[in-house]
Amino acid sequence: MSSVVTASVPVIELTGVRKSFGPVDVLKGIDFSVYAGQVTALVGDNGAGKSTLIKGLSGVQPFDEGYVRFAGSPVEINSPTEAGNLGIEVVYQDLALCENLDIVQNMFLGKEDIKTGTLNEPEMELRATKALQSLSVKTVKSVRQKVSSLSGGQRQTVAIARSVLREAKLVILDEPTAALGVAQTEQVLNLVKRLAEQGVAVIIISHNLGDVFKIAHQISVLYLGKMVANLNAKETNYDEVVAYITGAKTQEGAN
Amino acid sequence: MSQLVDSLASGHEGTVKDQFRSYLRRLKGGEMGSVPAIFAILVLTVMFQLASPFFITKLNFANLFVQSAELTMLAAALVFVILLAEIDLAAGVTAGVAMAVYIQLVKVQGWGLIPAMVAAFAVGLVIGFIIGFMVAKIGVPSFVVTLAFFLGFQGMQLVLLGEGGVYRVEDTKVLAIMNQNLPKWGGWAMLAISLAVSYAIALWDRRRRSALDLVNKPISIVYMKLAGLGLIGAISVYFLNQNRSQGSIPILGVPIVVPITIAILFIGTFVLDRTRFGRHLYAVGGNPEAARRAGINVVKIRIAAFVICAFFAVISGVFHASRIGSVDGSAGRTIVLSGVAAAVVGGVSLFGGRGRLAHAAIGAVVISMIDNGLGLLQMASGINYLVQGGVLLLAATIDALARRRGGVITR
Ligand SMILES: Nc1ncnc2c1ncn2[C@@H]1O[C@H](COP(=O)(O)OP(=O)(O)OP(=O)(O)O)[C@@H](O)[C@H]1O
Ligand SMILES: [Mg+2]
Repeated sequence: MSSVVTASVPVIELTGVRKSFGPVDVLKGIDFSVYAGQVTALVGDNGAGKSTLIKGLSGVQPFDEGYVRFAGSPVEINSPTEAGNLGIEVVYQDLALCENLDIVQNMFLGKEDIKTGTLNEPEMELRATKALQSLSVKTVKSVRQKVSSLSGGQRQTVAIARSVLREAKLVILDEPTAALGVAQTEQVLNLVKRLAEQGVAVIIISHNLGDVFKIAHQISVLYLGKMVANLNAKETNYDEVVAYITGAKTQEGAN
Repeated sequence: MSQLVDSLASGHEGTVKDQFRSYLRRLKGGEMGSVPAIFAILVLTVMFQLASPFFITKLNFANLFVQSAELTMLAAALVFVILLAEIDLAAGVTAGVAMAVYIQLVKVQGWGLIPAMVAAFAVGLVIGFIIGFMVAKIGVPSFVVTLAFFLGFQGMQLVLLGEGGVYRVEDTKVLAIMNQNLPKWGGWAMLAISLAVSYAIALWDRRRRSALDLVNKPISIVYMKLAGLGLIGAISVYFLNQNRSQGSIPILGVPIVVPITIAILFIGTFVLDRTRFGRHLYAVGGNPEAARRAGINVVKIRIAAFVICAFFAVISGVFHASRIGSVDGSAGRTIVLSGVAAAVVGGVSLFGGRGRLAHAAIGAVVISMIDNGLGLLQMASGINYLVQGGVLLLAATIDALARRRGGVITR
């Protein structure tokens, strides 16, 4: 498929982003761009600053310094609501689904469709179904199943499909396959691929380089709060990525 | 469009048999709802009838309706907070305080019925707001907040009414709620309206679905439900329309409290099932963090739940005052625990997020039957409390086991 496209405008573009917690500098001037239709894997050792970067993008913990451009125009993301309004959706590791509600209800939670003052259930059911079908989801039996009856992979599916429903432009997944078995991991990775094929920009955090190489177009490596490499997944290999992650290889090699 | 949708089911597909099967599957999966309570009603009826010839009499049948109406309303009040995995131990005494305010305004200040009632309900709403604020905004556990109010309001009732103060309720409209009956035709009209409204809503829902080419369940399921409802309703109305008087003045008809209770439960259920607020209430009860991330104002929902709980509790207080015909300083102390028992027995989960108002009504019937039946057998009240406590413990255990079966805490 496409290489790391630089011609088009990035969906999100960070320049010189910094974040400190008191005396601790966690993000030390990050430049980072993510493109529509591409899966960008964000990798790095424990404590490198991946989650901190994501929290800045999702408005949970705004950055201290630096510029953020969304689809070319400068923005400030100071709260999750602002991120949501821009079209940034985060699929959290702990998923944040209500087990007592069914799939449709969860997918529309907080954004329910209302008709004559009451919940428009048929409309929501239809749109949820279409969102799941657009991702070729076949693992759930009924869209009216309670989430408590779903497996971990199925829950991940619901969480991802929710971002499709909300017409997200950028979807961020924090270790979506960490708790999954082999088959379910495969399903979720396929889902992520299809999400990107729909033109969504996807950032995926993962410690599993095998998974990363299966789906990522771009691999960005954080090392001690610095972005040390933005690699085209086609033009790099496992050993090079590991070398960046561990600090054995440094910035000069980055493009 | 319909082909697109066919590949993912919605639970509406299949024959009556399929639907019945999937219902059984959900039951086995731990979503038992009121089924254990309905079973209990049948067992209790048989037991008490064998033990006492007075249990199934026309008079006692009517008594059961009246007694359980009061408890139903309090249990329904508690459903709103139990859905959030919270508790309101002060619900009963909140009603007590509101009624004390009402009677003081009427008797001492000479206010009319309507303004005094409005004031009483306003007091209830303020109390609900304060409790909700303490729980949701400040973060004091509801158990502690409402236990404190439970104690404090017992004192407040005594302050308002004076030590040992008992005031008769004179207003005939208030007394009528529990002591007067609909005319014969009124009972049938009530039943007819209930069935017609249920049918209309079912048709409306089906039309909305078919307008989008979505599958509907077989229409015969609607008819079967209506037939079941109609049968139970018709038997009840028929019996209540018989003369149950033991004296010379005939007493007959459906007690006025019955249509009032049905209407209130209907409105409450409508709000819970079909409005955004109701959906958010269930969401906060199921997973507050998920609700917060979905943009729901969790604090607002929590406060609202306590306010609604207090409002419903005051209604139950009005029922109580109507039934016993007076207001005294000890009202609402013991009923709150029966209310919790009723809700849980009826199938409302103490863990939050699962339960309906109808469950509260069915649970209230169970608790009222125990109360009533043991009373007929002239058991000591100690036995009554022992049995009620045992039933609550059993229901809570079933709740905990069902939750585990549902996979909620197995991860
Ligand atoms: N709220 C905070 N206060 C102080 N230090 C923090 C805070 N949040 C993160 N840090 C520090 O920032 C650094 C980066 O943390 P971060 O969670 O972003 O790492 P990560 O790359 O996501 O790691 P992991 O792979 O383990 O999830 C760590 O050293 C962490 O201790
Ligand atoms: Mg992390």
